[in-house]
Amino acid sequence: MNAQLINVLSDEEVSAIEAEISHLPDRKSAAIDAMKIVQEKRGWISDESLSAIARLLGMSFEELDGIATFYNLLYRKPVGKKVILFCDSVSCWLMDSEKVCKKLQDTLGIQFGETTTDDQYTLLPVTCLGDCDHAPAMMVGDELHHDLTVDNVEAIFK
Amino acid sequence: MTQTPLTKNITGKGIIDGESPTNLAGFEATGGYQAVRDLVGKMDPADLLQLIKDSNLRGRGGAGFPTGMKWSFVPAPDGRGHRYLIANADEMEPGTFKDRLIMENDPHQLVEGMVLSAYTISADIGYIFIRAEYHRAIAELRAAIEDAEQRGYLGDRIQGSDFSFHLHVHVSAGRYICGEETALLNSLEGKRATPRAKPPFPQVSGLWGRPTIVNNVETLCNISHIAREGADWFQDLGKGSDAGTKLFGASGRVKNPGCWELPMGTSIREILMDHAGGMQDGYQLKGFLPGGASTDFLTPDHLDLPMEYEAIQKAGSRMGTGTMIILDDRACPVGMIANLEKFFARESCGFCTPCREGLPWVRDLLDTIEAGGGKPEDLEILERQATFIGAMGNTHCAHAPGAIEPLSSGLKYFREDFEQHIHDGCCPYASKN
Repeated sequence: MNAQLINVLSDEEVSAIEAEISHLPDRKSAAIDAMKIVQEKRGWISDESLSAIARLLGMSFEELDGIATFYNLLYRKPVGKKVILFCDSVSCWLMDSEKVCKKLQDTLGIQFGETTTDDQYTLLPVTCLGDCDHAPAMMVGDELHHDLTVDNVEAIFK
Repeated sequence: MTQTPLTKNITGKGIIDGESPTNLAGFEATGGYQAVRDLVGKMDPADLLQLIKDSNLRGRGGAGFPTGMKWSFVPAPDGRGHRYLIANADEMEPGTFKDRLIMENDPHQLVEGMVLSAYTISADIGYIFIRAEYHRAIAELRAAIEDAEQRGYLGDRIQGSDFSFHLHVHVSAGRYICGEETALLNSLEGKRATPRAKPPFPQVSGLWGRPTIVNNVETLCNISHIAREGADWFQDLGKGSDAGTKLFGASGRVKNPGCWELPMGTSIREILMDHAGGMQDGYQLKGFLPGGASTDFLTPDHLDLPMEYEAIQKAGSRMGTGTMIILDDRACPVGMIANLEKFFARESCGFCTPCREGLPWVRDLLDTIEAGGGKPEDLEILERQATFIGAMGNTHCAHAPGAIEPLSSGLKYFREDFEQHIHDGCCPYASKN
């Protein structure tokens, strides 16, 4: 089993996943954590990675893919260097987030679900970021940007 | 005595010698962990449980279930395995931004609350289930846990007692439904976050089949204050029938959107006018959701109601998370409800048919009406959908009934707006912005 895995998952990834498993009652319980570990380095979870993780955890590809595709922050397609999570929930909507989003999409030349041609950014909608007193808000990678307007959103990407 | 126990360290009133409460010394200087030092291993957990019951603390995550009663359903330790305490820090209810405030600025308050709660229910392992977008809160909590472990407030034999409690931060991989407590448990187990059938309730058979309590962050933060100051003190913090303080908030076109700790029973008018500063110039109040996306609309007629579980329920809504979303007169109510239902349709876990199929149907109808293509009979279909999937028991969990709350109340209060869209064949608000 391990000979095949070594080609796909790095030693660091395998040992990080094993460390997670070590304090769980069974191997499958590490499914989400294992995928996050792999995504951390690679940016997304390819079929190859998913297959390797499934084998490491003793579950089928389909069962693990069913979990992967449930969660919006596990990516089954390649994403840009930074993922933009743009809040499309109600408090931001009330503060004209749709206009800001349109400006953002025009600036980057991408719609929701798309990646810029230079692979820098992927734009995704996200549920309320809990920053409603500074709406509209978005995450760019790990950074929170808020009080967005049609006039200030472009500068964030310069 | 301070009347804002939850935010005293955040607003500055509780800070001593300029020490930040985010570091352990600063937190201890304001009385932090004193209850852990005084009570763990010394007070009978049963007495602590009685104290929480007597305090009348109710869950701050939205449902308002009495915390002491919830805890009392946990069976006595059987010595056969772990018992879990989980902080629900998933905060994904649209328009809700209260738990983030505490976790980023006063993380030890949550840790201390969890130690005392775990001691009360004899839990030995704890998780803080937190959404991945809360990077700063995650970093603060991890640092706080490490510091607390070093000082013997967490880990084996806390403060030299027989009680051990290990606390971990679990960063989620997304999805709103994880905030539902049994969906959260499935997610912690590495599965799809589909809610579980109840019974069995998590108190008896929760995480990996073991006794488990899931509480909201704000709920848990109240525990150390009640333990230190007593049940009567806590009851007296509230203005009316509900005990304690609450983090209330307002977002939308108000002058000063924000989140404030106020007595339970503070009137909606006071929150909106005195704290949120009233509406922005050029905007009028048309309606509001009192406690997040899944609560029924209320109108300016309800401004004098106290923010209390019973009073808001009597008015046909729910206090929910206590963070209000304000609809102004220049925003389209149909557009706002369409936005809400798009969210609920996307976040359905897909397990049961009424929710999986019904919510997209509702969303599509609302989009059509908003775009000017609606027919009069569409309103009847919306109402029928609201009746079918809004009724508890017709769906597997409370997601769809929650989704229907702003729709059915919106159809009641903003009927004319719906009809005008259909009559005019366009959104009458489009020209206002």
